Amino acid sequence: MKTLFALARLTLTELYRRKDFYVLFILTAVVTLAAGSVNFFNDEKIIRYVKDLCLLLIWISTLLISVVTAARQIPAECEARTIFSLLAKPVTRGQVLLGKFLGCWLAVGLALLMFYAFFAIVTGSHEHRWPLGGYLQAIWLQWVMLGIVIAMSLLGSIHFAAPSSTSTICFVLVAGIVVVGPHLNTVALQQPQPLQAITYTVYFLIPHLEWFDVRDRLVYDWASPAWQDIALASVYGAAYAGVFLLLAWLGFRRKSLNPG
Amino acid sequence: MSAILKTDQLRVEFASREFRGATTTALVGLNLEVQAGEVYGFLGPNGAGKTTTINALLGFVPPTSGTAHLFGIDVRQPIARQRIGYLPELTYYYKFLTAEELLRFYARIFGLSRAESSRRIEKLLKLVELEPVRNRPIKSYSKGMQQRVGLAQALINDPDLLILDEPTSGLDPLGRMKVREIIRRLKDEGKTVFFSSHELGEVETVCDRVAIIHRGELKASGRVADIVQPRHHNLEHAFLEIIGYPIPS
Repeated sequence: MKTLFALARLTLTELYRRKDFYVLFILTAVVTLAAGSVNFFNDEKIIRYVKDLCLLLIWISTLLISVVTAARQIPAECEARTIFSLLAKPVTRGQVLLGKFLGCWLAVGLALLMFYAFFAIVTGSHEHRWPLGGYLQAIWLQWVMLGIVIAMSLLGSIHFAAPSSTSTICFVLVAGIVVVGPHLNTVALQQPQPLQAITYTVYFLIPHLEWFDVRDRLVYDWASPAWQDIALASVYGAAYAGVFLLLAWLGFRRKSLNPG
Repeated sequence: MSAILKTDQLRVEFASREFRGATTTALVGLNLEVQAGEVYGFLGPNGAGKTTTINALLGFVPPTSGTAHLFGIDVRQPIARQRIGYLPELTYYYKFLTAEELLRFYARIFGLSRAESSRRIEKLLKLVELEPVRNRPIKSYSKGMQQRVGLAQALINDPDLLILDEPTSGLDPLGRMKVREIIRRLKDEGKTVFFSSHELGEVETVCDRVAIIHRGELKASGRVADIVQPRHHNLEHAFLEIIGYPIPS
């Protein structure tokens, strides 16, 4: 565990010292605060649009941070050759992967907390109420979902060498899963065989990230999901993240790393 | 004395980049045995297989056949690296960290306690003369300073075996002298040092035994005097003769 936390801490330190990480963070914070400070047409319901916009921004920003951060971890270590000094220590490749996952997941969790703090300030100042339970559920579900995305990006980074191509491919994949994924079963019904079977297989294989999306509940003040459902979603997320990490480890453990 | 580094018929092949299905043989049945407490020089021209041997010893490259053991443990097991220190030929460390942070990170990897890490870091920064710049990011260091950080990180766990890949490559005479001094000091402390080098003069002065490798094959091994004397020359001439290079008269 000491090794895992040492690696996770290293990842956090790197992100903290990389300036590009702040650009997205500051941009999201500024847009969230600015959106909260305007009141178009004296419409009292404008806060719904503000909430919707802010939550969408938080989703996109955290997805971007997750994909970009996770996709560069292993390729950057190999490119900078720091992996060789690291693996010359009593560290397994599995520990490196898990440590990187943990570091990225914690970093994105911290970013989420900050974003939701801004969001709570903006909406709370308009509505004068603080549905903390709902916010906590939303943060937790989104964090679990980002765990899947990080594990998926790490898996991609083992197979595509360059961080930039991994980031692009992973982001396109994640966007596809979020936007198209929920409708694949409907699409499948309109397809002839064997395309229908293939589409259904894809539908059942991909992680359904939309199940972690409770934005509408926050925007329209609907009832929060039951805690059992949250627990089930967490198990589902952990299972998918575990499978992606396992596949990443299988690819990484036998990968020849020749620094010569 | 017991062998703490041993390779047995170690063979490493790489897939050819030019021809699909073809392979390039980097090491051909290499047998090495390094005893505890000795300084062992590993010599060979560029492309001879020195770095590949070290990479196989550290588990970066899987052997095609044969075995390699450190302290009697198969190198494929991470625990084999618990008591070793490694300095790569080119120093690549986390440039966003300071020297002190880097050493603390590696100390955590080895599971050292906070007190033990602090004690080791103080000692090592003094040894490699980086105390005054300990809180500066590594990216601001000169090549020589980075090499010394590398040496410090290789010693963080107080290793019994030190593997150095061309430790003086690219250093100025002062830097080389300092590295040689450190190797001698480690030898006096009873550590085993295995290092690859091109610097034959340096090898002659610090090594107990040497091995000469050429095109992946072990050509000679033994005490420096035993290699040099039969040929009535210095190590440089003996080296050239062994690898089959025409010696200028």
